[in-house]
Amino acid sequence: MSGAFTAGLVVNPVAGLGGPAGLKGSDGDDVQREAVARGAAPRAGARAAEAVRALLARRPGTRLVTVPGPMGEHSAWAAGADHDLVFIAPPADAVRPAPGGAGGAAVRLAPVPAAIAEVGGAGADGGTGADGGAGADGGAGAAGAGAVAWDEVAGTTAADTRAAVRALSGVDLLLFAGGDGTARDVLDAVRELGDAAPPVLGIPAGVKVYSGCFAVSPAAAGLLAAEYGEYGEYGERAASPGRRGAGGLTEAEVVDLDEEPYRAGLVSARLYGTLRVPAARERLSGRKTGSGTLAPGTAEGIAREVVSRMRPGVRYVLGPGATTAAVGRELGLPTTLLGVDVVETGGEGPRLVAADVSERELFELVTGREAVAVLSVIGGQGFLLGRGNQQLSPRVLRAVRHLLVLATQQKLAALGGRPLLADTGEEDTDRRLGGHVQVITGYRESTIYRVAAANEEHI
Amino acid sequence: MSSHGESFADLPVAPKPPLRRFHQARWDEPIIFELSHPGRRGVAVPAPDAPPVELPEGVRRENPPALPEMSQLHVLRHYLRLSQENLGVDLNIDVGQGTCTMKYSPKVNDTFANAVAELHPLQHEDTVQGVLEIYWRLERMLAEISGMSRVSLQPGSGSAAIYANIAMIRAYHAARGEGHRDQVITTMFSHPSNAACAKTAGYEVITLMPDADGYPDIEALRAAVGPRTAALMITNPEDTGIFNPRIREFVELVHGVGGLACYDQANANGILGITRARDAGFDLCHFNLHKTFSTPHACGGPAAGACGVAPELEPFLPGPVVSFDGERYGLETPERSVGKIRPFLGVTPNIVRAYAWIMALGAEGLREVAETAVLNNNYLMHQILQIPGASAPWDKRRVEQVRYSWRELAEETGVHSEEIGVRAADFGVHYWTSHHPYLVPEPFTLEPTESYSREDLDEYAAILAHVAEEARRDPEFVKGAPYNQTIHKIDPTALDDPKRWAPTWRAYVRKHLSGSGSEG
Repeated sequence: MSGAFTAGLVVNPVAGLGGPAGLKGSDGDDVQREAVARGAAPRAGARAAEAVRALLARRPGTRLVTVPGPMGEHSAWAAGADHDLVFIAPPADAVRPAPGGAGGAAVRLAPVPAAIAEVGGAGADGGTGADGGAGADGGAGAAGAGAVAWDEVAGTTAADTRAAVRALSGVDLLLFAGGDGTARDVLDAVRELGDAAPPVLGIPAGVKVYSGCFAVSPAAAGLLAAEYGEYGEYGERAASPGRRGAGGLTEAEVVDLDEEPYRAGLVSARLYGTLRVPAARERLSGRKTGSGTLAPGTAEGIAREVVSRMRPGVRYVLGPGATTAAVGRELGLPTTLLGVDVVETGGEGPRLVAADVSERELFELVTGREAVAVLSVIGGQGFLLGRGNQQLSPRVLRAVRHLLVLATQQKLAALGGRPLLADTGEEDTDRRLGGHVQVITGYRESTIYRVAAANEEHI
Repeated sequence: MSSHGESFADLPVAPKPPLRRFHQARWDEPIIFELSHPGRRGVAVPAPDAPPVELPEGVRRENPPALPEMSQLHVLRHYLRLSQENLGVDLNIDVGQGTCTMKYSPKVNDTFANAVAELHPLQHEDTVQGVLEIYWRLERMLAEISGMSRVSLQPGSGSAAIYANIAMIRAYHAARGEGHRDQVITTMFSHPSNAACAKTAGYEVITLMPDADGYPDIEALRAAVGPRTAALMITNPEDTGIFNPRIREFVELVHGVGGLACYDQANANGILGITRARDAGFDLCHFNLHKTFSTPHACGGPAAGACGVAPELEPFLPGPVVSFDGERYGLETPERSVGKIRPFLGVTPNIVRAYAWIMALGAEGLREVAETAVLNNNYLMHQILQIPGASAPWDKRRVEQVRYSWRELAEETGVHSEEIGVRAADFGVHYWTSHHPYLVPEPFTLEPTESYSREDLDEYAAILAHVAEEARRDPEFVKGAPYNQTIHKIDPTALDDPKRWAPTWRAYVRKHLSGSGSEG
């Protein structure tokens, strides 16, 4: 990484509002107003400031670039951090790509005297994201130190988050503060930017923070960002480039629950995609264990094990997720990240039978054939079925009979002893799936782990 | 302090502060090969009176050995300086390297070990009867301690002995026509070398996670065992310091499907003379003499090992083993031996040290070692749990070590366990976290063996309490540690990179100094 390390910062200032108010999320202006009426105060800005402080304490030479007002600038001030401001282009649809420029960064990425930036506001037109993508979600505690007034942040939307990400696309690493909804907005913008998108890292500040792209705490986000600044995308010092592994970048899943049904007591989560994030680096004193090219914890090792178990003529149903996507890569097939795909091996080698199938298509493809469902564990809650893979309905599961469950040891370790969860919508099926299953954790490595019906467990 | 009276100023020697003001020495000491000067000698051998006998052509070197040429003083000074740039077991309160059982290695035993230093491993048996007797007697003692029928002292310890175990397991099943058994079961808190060695030997490894009580999940074991099960390889107590009270059921479940049960006695220091591997039904086990039996660790592991087996596995033991016909000691290789795990008979100096250590303690002394280690551990646990932010998951009594957690402190301050360990080094003590992955969040593992005094344990706890308090007051200060060490942070990535690692000077010269860029 040449020159000074430049970190970008985007804050979804309404993130976390709904949590303390017991609203299970903060999507939508109505919910935010209700939260404020119940006494909540915005906290995301303060959490972002915490991350910035941790980043600059560890790596003082970092250049910080952010956007005006509560979407970043206020947090930079609160952290006492020198920063440059970038004005946001008109939101979302109004952005026209600059001729020849990547990803429509119709903005100038130049230092702006802080005083000028007082114009604040996020240049927002205030359009409320339909699903409330500004995805406010939430963190600890209601009003308190670091809280800012509601009227300072009201009206920021998903479109503002996306516009801010686009505006900051030139940074080395983009930090964003929010929850799963914010992560979805960042993902949308990153997709628009394509190859021009920087790696990102979430500062947890939402009610729902189930996505893997978040650090465990604001301070941890700052520290991880600093380490990334130090070691760069190859995960080690510039003197020896060319290796990924310890540190570096990794793909992390973005998942989100739909808040409306969630409030009604129903959980319906989806996997939206993956973001490139810095990988937590093994620290010095933890190095009693070495790591190999197929160390436990790598999706590649898991994928190789799955492929080694595949038999000709059997149909394999690959569920969504980064780990099952690695199986597709190992087979050399263009499987989808988010969809359910069906593959086969046989005489002419691996074959993609069908990609991104619906429940009905899937049922037809597996009925009357020997079939195995290959599932990975989605997000931090340990869901195996019923989150992002509803295509695997009870009747499909009855037809496939065999499951191959995939998870890294780290993912299981993060469950803290809680079981994997099945929520197919049919209690009998969930119960039948319950019990101990073999979970593939690497090449020639597995564990035995408990699966439970989701409605019998407290999440 | 108050017992010293009120006026310290009057004392001829000022009292020491409650926490040691340690500072690591920095000598910038080069590698010994860089200190070599052609022609320097440790001993100037006088010229022979008679003309030297011509050596036969076949045994003459073409080039002199590439050894450093130095005087005795320079060699001594070199190693003393290196020792000061270290935090060795004889220097620090070494309770922080949990699972490694750091204990005092009595210096008197070195004199016995030196006595065998001049033996050659290929000497005829008749000329080394004394050493073979020590091998024989130590083997019988370890058989008694484990309940096994025979023990081989041939392997090294740690992974070498574990590899011997899996090699015996494989040979046993093969001899019975059951070579199809290709799965080995272990647990997440067993020593990870069990999984690693089984995998190296070609087995598929199934690792059991702990249940909600911190025990390996027995229901998971029930689901794991089957016709493909070759063995269970398990540590007990596990690296959490929790003893699995259902260990016999574990063994029976594995026996029930025709598998073998193998006990890694890495954590035997708290159960010496209290429980025995064979009494729980195990078929084989190994000890690390560098842990439980006080011999030096030898750079983090490969010291002397001891593999014990039940009668049905005796033919497969690594060899040679020592035999005794009532009059004469000899060497024999068991009928279907898995062979040598390392060269020659074993690590003889450490066999002698372990033998001397056991003889000095006697059977009652060994049990007292375990009881003292358990007492020390529970005393230290009490002290550690007084520190705000420290916890020990599962709320259970522990045997000889505890895997603690700084989760609460880390959440509050953003300071991680590794950073606390680096800061602890500023006070001259070593500290280790845990194997990966971290099941216990923000882990640290302390194992105070019988060697440490109450004052030692209090001092160690006081250091951690002080660092935790610093983390609350000024987290960035702790994150900036170390301050009293001479090396700030090292980049460990070379350890994983065959192009850069260099276990010998010759490899270092080839990879880094020759400029040829050749790969290794």
